[in-house]
Amino acid sequence: MDPECSRLLPALCAVLVDPRQPVADDTCLEKLLDWFKTVTEGESSLVLLQGHPCLVELLSHVLKVQDLSPGVLSFSLRLAGTFAAQENCFQYLQGDSSLFVASAASQLLVHVLALSMRGGAEGHPCLRGDDWPACAQKITDHVEESLCCTATPKVTQALNVLTTTFGRCQSPWTEALWVRLSPRVACLLERDPIPAAHSLVDLLLCVARSPVFSSSDGGLWETLAQALSCLGPTHVGPLALGILKLEHCPQALRTQAFQVLLQPLACVLKATVQAPGPPGLLDRTADDATTVDTLLASKSSCAGLLCRTLAHLEELQPLPQRPPWPQASLLGAAVTVLQLCDGSAAPASSVGSHLCGTLAGCVRVQRAALDFLGTLSEGTGPQELVTQALAVLLECLESPGSSPTVLKKAFQATLQWLLSSPKTPGCSDLGPLIPQFLRELFPVLQKRLCHPCWEVRDSALEFLTQLSRHWGGQADFRCALLASEVPELARQLLQDPESYVRASAVTATGQLSSRGLHAPTSPEYAEARQSLFLELLHILSVDSEGFPRRAVMQVFTEWLRDGHADAAQDTEQFVATVLQAASRDLDWEVRAQGLELALVFLGQTLGPPRTHCPYAVALPEVAPARPLTEALRAFCHVGLFDFAFCALFDCDRPVAQKSCDLLLFLRDKIASYSSLREAGGGPNTASVEAALPRCRTGEHAQPPGDQEPEAVLAMLRSLDLEGLRSTLAESSDHVEKSPQSLLQDMLATGGFLQGDEADCY
Amino acid sequence: MKLYCLSGHPTLPCNVLKFKSTTIMLDCGLDMTSTLNFLPLPLVQSPRLSSLPGWSLKDGNAFLDKELKECSGHVFVDSVPEFCLPETELIDLSTVDVILISNYHCMMALPYITEHTGFTGTVYATEPTVQIGRLLMEELVNFIERVPKAQSASLWKNKDIQRLLPSPLKDAVEVSTWRRCYTMQEVNSALSKIQLVGYSQKIPMDQASLKNSDVLVLTGLTQIPTANPDGMVGEFCSNLALTVRNGGNVLVPCYPSGVIYDLLECLYQYIDSAGLSSVPLYFISPVANSSLEFSQIFAEWLCHNKQSKVYLPEPPFPHAELIQTNKLKHYPSIHGDFSNDFRQPCVVFTGHPSLRFGDVVHFMELWGKSSLNTVIFTEPDFSYLEALAPYQPLAMKCIYCPIDTRLNFIQVSKLLKEVQPLHVVCPEQYTQPPPAQSHRMDLMIDCQPPAMSYRRAEVLALPFKRRYEKIEIMPELADSLVPMEIKPGISLATVSAVLHTKDNKHLLQPPPRPAQPTSGKKRKRVSDDVPDCKVLKPLLSGSIPVEQFVQTLEKHGFSDIKVEDTAKGHIVLLQEAETLIQIEEDSTHIICDNDEMLRVRLRDLVLKFLQKF
Repeated sequence: MDPECSRLLPALCAVLVDPRQPVADDTCLEKLLDWFKTVTEGESSLVLLQGHPCLVELLSHVLKVQDLSPGVLSFSLRLAGTFAAQENCFQYLQGDSSLFVASAASQLLVHVLALSMRGGAEGHPCLRGDDWPACAQKITDHVEESLCCTATPKVTQALNVLTTTFGRCQSPWTEALWVRLSPRVACLLERDPIPAAHSLVDLLLCVARSPVFSSSDGGLWETLAQALSCLGPTHVGPLALGILKLEHCPQALRTQAFQVLLQPLACVLKATVQAPGPPGLLDRTADDATTVDTLLASKSSCAGLLCRTLAHLEELQPLPQRPPWPQASLLGAAVTVLQLCDGSAAPASSVGSHLCGTLAGCVRVQRAALDFLGTLSEGTGPQELVTQALAVLLECLESPGSSPTVLKKAFQATLQWLLSSPKTPGCSDLGPLIPQFLRELFPVLQKRLCHPCWEVRDSALEFLTQLSRHWGGQADFRCALLASEVPELARQLLQDPESYVRASAVTATGQLSSRGLHAPTSPEYAEARQSLFLELLHILSVDSEGFPRRAVMQVFTEWLRDGHADAAQDTEQFVATVLQAASRDLDWEVRAQGLELALVFLGQTLGPPRTHCPYAVALPEVAPARPLTEALRAFCHVGLFDFAFCALFDCDRPVAQKSCDLLLFLRDKIASYSSLREAGGGPNTASVEAALPRCRTGEHAQPPGDQEPEAVLAMLRSLDLEGLRSTLAESSDHVEKSPQSLLQDMLATGGFLQGDEADCY
Repeated sequence: MKLYCLSGHPTLPCNVLKFKSTTIMLDCGLDMTSTLNFLPLPLVQSPRLSSLPGWSLKDGNAFLDKELKECSGHVFVDSVPEFCLPETELIDLSTVDVILISNYHCMMALPYITEHTGFTGTVYATEPTVQIGRLLMEELVNFIERVPKAQSASLWKNKDIQRLLPSPLKDAVEVSTWRRCYTMQEVNSALSKIQLVGYSQKIPMDQASLKNSDVLVLTGLTQIPTANPDGMVGEFCSNLALTVRNGGNVLVPCYPSGVIYDLLECLYQYIDSAGLSSVPLYFISPVANSSLEFSQIFAEWLCHNKQSKVYLPEPPFPHAELIQTNKLKHYPSIHGDFSNDFRQPCVVFTGHPSLRFGDVVHFMELWGKSSLNTVIFTEPDFSYLEALAPYQPLAMKCIYCPIDTRLNFIQVSKLLKEVQPLHVVCPEQYTQPPPAQSHRMDLMIDCQPPAMSYRRAEVLALPFKRRYEKIEIMPELADSLVPMEIKPGISLATVSAVLHTKDNKHLLQPPPRPAQPTSGKKRKRVSDDVPDCKVLKPLLSGSIPVEQFVQTLEKHGFSDIKVEDTAKGHIVLLQEAETLIQIEEDSTHIICDNDEMLRVRLRDLVLKFLQKF
């Protein structure tokens, strides 16, 4: 602890225990606690307490004060816990037994338990706990008692203490603890209703995850199996998911857990499938009355159960330890749930017709099912089901009743399916279903691009962008897209009144243009292609909102990188025009993106940056295209240096950092040229040095091309870029975040410092 | 309590409720779907429609070819369109005391009821209902009268002939009762019988007053239960924009009031964002002008959101601004100014949604051939496929975006939960899922006990029993009563009062003072006509003990008295006087032969045994 803080600490402790002093808000106490944690990591808690008796006084004093605020009390308890985390310090504190008697805070109990065990029975656990330290014995008795209690809050508390214990401590004695307490836990499962089910699930999973139990189960697996069959559908889902995520677990339990997890979907399938459904899911799951009851109880319980189930399965899907995946059944179930939501499912039983009524138009379930259906695109499925999946997606996208959020999810799921479509060799690169699907998709997309709700137009444009990015080269896709009015509509949305939509339209049209996807029927085809650049440039120059301008800069950067015709035709002119517009922008992200574009230009001119630069992969291996002097002259000509030097002193740190990186890259690159010295000869840095103060004061750059490359080089060498970079790397609020500042602030609110020192408020 | 169901159309109800001595008609909707069987009435001579081939029977018999024409495989009646009226035979409509109109769509049959049935009662409706209803009727009459049709086909209606016709003509019901449209004169006469009901004047505008009703008659729910109106408005806008952007025209067949306001409001916000500000919107109806003006003035009847705008300088509906900025133009018909201003591509709102009459017929003929154009159906009252049938083959795109803001089944189930009526009565269509979605059990009325359903021409006995009513008595009247104990614990008093009954509450008020003797010349005013207060004879109670009565008779000099027991009481015979006294539980008769003196004497003896009050 630094001396200044040590000096302030006694005063602060006095403020905290004084009920008449206004207690600083909880966030301050949290910060203070964080700081103490950092301090105790660095030095011995014992030394700290010995050096600062005011802390010990604080801890003992809080117990005596009557009207202490709960915030300060809890702070003190946690502080004591922090100190107690070190064994020697715990012993130091142990003298004050009343602290622990009064404390119900489970964290502290756990610390105490763990520490006491470490000193005593560690290594030779005794089940009856005869040889356990008295303190541990007491805590364990208390927990055991609480578990048998009929009051749910007490049970919850006990379960939480245990969860924390098994989560933190992985010593062999925890196994003994479990063996002792597991019968009590199992008893909870026999009660009706099961108390504190949520905490119980947490505990069981925590125990199961503990490496202590990986070899011998100590009855754990039986308890888990019992819990799977006893817990209601609301709580059993998280438990089943947790079990399936375990790395070591008996196969039978995994099977049981998976069946439990699939239960709600099995019920849905059973209620709607006329003929015996696809094998797998239905065969293995018996009718579960409680699941059916939950599904039928109310709209909210039905929706809640299905949403949770779908989310759990979605989480399970990518895991390597997931059980054998009944892809076909799950695909069928997802499609059925969506059909129930849009009212097109055919019920096969009274449960089915009830579900029809409950789920029709249920947006929440629809969204969850669309997410899940998207996830299922990773696997393969029978052709018939895939057709159904695509049909239900199309129906969602088409239906006038679909809400904007549902449409967004439907677009995402459709994209996932389209992108996952296996590419088969042959005349068509796409799956056999896709061409037809695309023919139906584009009229729908067209309609969505005209939707009165801007969120829908926005999602449709994003979808279009993603789709063309991945499929721009596929003949079927190009054919279907160009036969529609989609490119033209996207172009029109550049004038949308909503800035988010304009931004998405910029990205979409930029992407379409990169892929050469313009409506061929348009008579002004060639002209239109020419003018998109001008139209985007216009947006960059005049749009009042930042999002469209940022999007334009991204498109231009991409165009430059990919050698888009507009950029490649006269690259220097292109870069000069764009940088000029970007440098004047008030939005720092636009300026930062301008530097990004400049970096691409540097890379293309001087050869790719070294591997640490993320752009190395994207660029083709190009040898330095031209002599250095010529390259430097080009940089000067396009105004790159003006822009970069000004950006170096940008009031927004990310811009300055980016500029610093860019100039460092340039300097390194130049240094690798052996001809540097020859080219140097009599540097004249005057003009650039003259320009720098202008940059510092925020004045804008002069028209490009008025600097000499030699002068720029000299300037580059004279700047302490590394120093600048490390200054910039420090966060801007590093002064405000210091512990000293925190202590001063807290004292100031307590009125202990003089007014002139606290005038920051 | 009986319910006479005169219409089977769930959204165009016409029910008559008979209870005690009151007969109330609830709504009188007019089913206009019958017009779909007729050929459209073109405003401008249509070579296509006038050259349609006549229809002949399979055996080649062409005797109906003047009345029936064939078009794209469908057969239409070539005649003035006719409407299917509510049942007029089920109940004598002259006995209807009151007609209550709930909304303007449900009053279109009013002239048929008030003008030709001997109806002498009163019609109650709110002002917007009457004004907008008048517009709808006026438009309807105008649409039909301005295209006079010489022919009125009736041969096909003959039952034996109708059987030979193809569907749907063959299956049309009650064709003999179909009637031509009323005249403006009849409309005016019908509307003059309406008594306006002011806002919150005895009309509960919240459902709290419906709570725990004995019977809830539920009609007029959404016709498109699966379509969400907001989604449909979105669909409408998207399709409109796609068409106009491609240089096509959009035709919206609609009523002159109602959903059109919502569509205009939505377009007001949308056209700028879609870059369509320069596209003209035309609203063509004989009542377009009045409709747009009326909608702005019924402030108290608007939803809360719109009401608050009344106090702001801006009008509650934004179409005023559309008109000011020249984006929306309205015309009484396609003739006149419209033809000068007409610019394409454009959006035209015009009637009638059945596509059988009105300016819409002209636009169908004009734009139907081009696939660039689109017709967007927003009114749910007519099947769009049937509406389009006489225009086939059609190149123009057809979009079905029904916008129905009536209650849906989720809202109904909430309403029922809240109101908890003892019984629900509804059209039979609501007691099962829609035929096209037979699995959607949520799209029907589900309540306990199950709803009682009705169909056209049915009479339902409503499960509502007469029972004793509680009557309140005015304090001053109560003060004047002098009860007499006739049995321990039971006292009686006579009361003369006026029974005042209103809103199902009954109150006894003191009788008016006896009217001053009026001079013979001065005639009584009708309003003074209060019930006469006669001086009442006292009421008697008690029973006559026969033995004591005989002793009394003997005391008064009657002898030779004989008593006979009868099933109901006794007969006392005074043989000497040739007189007979018949004493029964609730009556006593003295029968003597023309001796009034004797009768009065005997009567007085009888009265001695009875209590008077």
